[in-house]
Amino acid sequence: MSLSKTTITTPSYRQRIGYHGMLVGGTALLASALLVIGNTSTKDVIAQRHAEDVQQMLSEVVPPTLHDNDLLQDKFDLDGKEIYQARLENSVSAVAFQVAEPGYSGIITMIMAIDKDSKLLGVRVVSHTETPGLGDKMEAARSDWVYSFEGKQLSDDNQKQWAVKKDGGQFDQFTGATITPRAIVKAVKGGMQFFSENKQRLLSYDPGPESAISEAKMNG
Amino acid sequence: MADITMKTIMRDGIWDNNVVFAQMLALCPLLAVTSTATNGLGMGIASLAVMVASSLVVSIMRDFITKEVRLPVFVLLIATIVTLVDMSMNAWMHEMHKVLGLFIPLIVTNCAILGRVESFASQQPVGKAVADGFFMGIGFTVALVAVGATREMLGSGTLFANAPLLLGNAFAFMELTLISDYGGFLLMILPPGAFIALGFILAGKRVIDAQLSSDDEDELTTISVPATDQNH
Repeated sequence: MSLSKTTITTPSYRQRIGYHGMLVGGTALLASALLVIGNTSTKDVIAQRHAEDVQQMLSEVVPPTLHDNDLLQDKFDLDGKEIYQARLENSVSAVAFQVAEPGYSGIITMIMAIDKDSKLLGVRVVSHTETPGLGDKMEAARSDWVYSFEGKQLSDDNQKQWAVKKDGGQFDQFTGATITPRAIVKAVKGGMQFFSENKQRLLSYDPGPESAISEAKMNG
Repeated sequence: MADITMKTIMRDGIWDNNVVFAQMLALCPLLAVTSTATNGLGMGIASLAVMVASSLVVSIMRDFITKEVRLPVFVLLIATIVTLVDMSMNAWMHEMHKVLGLFIPLIVTNCAILGRVESFASQQPVGKAVADGFFMGIGFTVALVAVGATREMLGSGTLFANAPLLLGNAFAFMELTLISDYGGFLLMILPPGAFIALGFILAGKRVIDAQLSSDDEDELTTISVPATDQNH
């Protein structure tokens, strides 16, 4: 093979340890430089794309008829959670926030929206690293499983219902994957509990003086 | 080996020395992602891009790389290329990245890329190295789609489900439901199904190879040895 030929014609300095070190070091330097360039040139675009994704997800879980404000603008922090508040004529109609739960092979991040009557409007998976073809049926594009959450409510007497069918609950598991839907149901249930515990604060909205007047007018 | 022709490169990549069917490399990503033909196709396309790029880079650098430290250098270069492909797809082909994103980091673990870089690209001029990367990638894609299609047909009764997600809505016609109301055959979707499907496909390839070589040399008794890796 030509490998032996290469060895013969190799200049002697290439046999030195120092050259090997330089070669690996140089390649590492080149690789890092390329990655830095790649990262800086894609960072903003990727962030932009993710913001668009969030917007897209929000519009899927919060129907446009429920709000007349910009959800991405009107967000606030509550116990470290980012809350997107949907308002219709200055009264809160729904809230959306992210929940996360470890799945089969990594964190599954979801966005969920609940309306002011504690009814679940919808859930969408934002990001996950589940097994392709098995655990990815929670993506709305792949199966309609995730729609089974819509309209569900959490009360004291239906706690047991919030589980996959295998555990005696109301939600289907996937063929060959139980851990993923179990994690999602758990996360959504957690989100519902978070909502009922913080309902007051989540649904309160203090508009500026100007809009308060217009609201008073409308009510009057 | 120095005067290897493009035709041989093509034949080797797709059939004689196919990454999966002859070299038995890259089985880990193969078994992991081929639950549907579409997944296989996606992984195949992404691997193809990385194979071509890494063959190109290594072939350009082949005169500087010494035998003793070639492996760390190759691994560094391949990992860098995979990361760059991942980042640029995320930024500029975002829809496709959402589908393929899961597979892309897996490409680093694809020993076939390191194998081709080591046994071919590091010893051949740029044109041939790129051609080899391309046809090896095509061969790998064929293997992935073959295993994926077999498992999908038997496991869920569909073929190329979710293809529009990967290729755009123009390819919606590829999505076929072969058996409606098919209950599903879970074993084929689970990892053991991948081993079983791959086993039968490998056996099938050997039968075809045996047939071909017995046609060629009728006078010889054919205890046919299928194409083995000529690079070792």
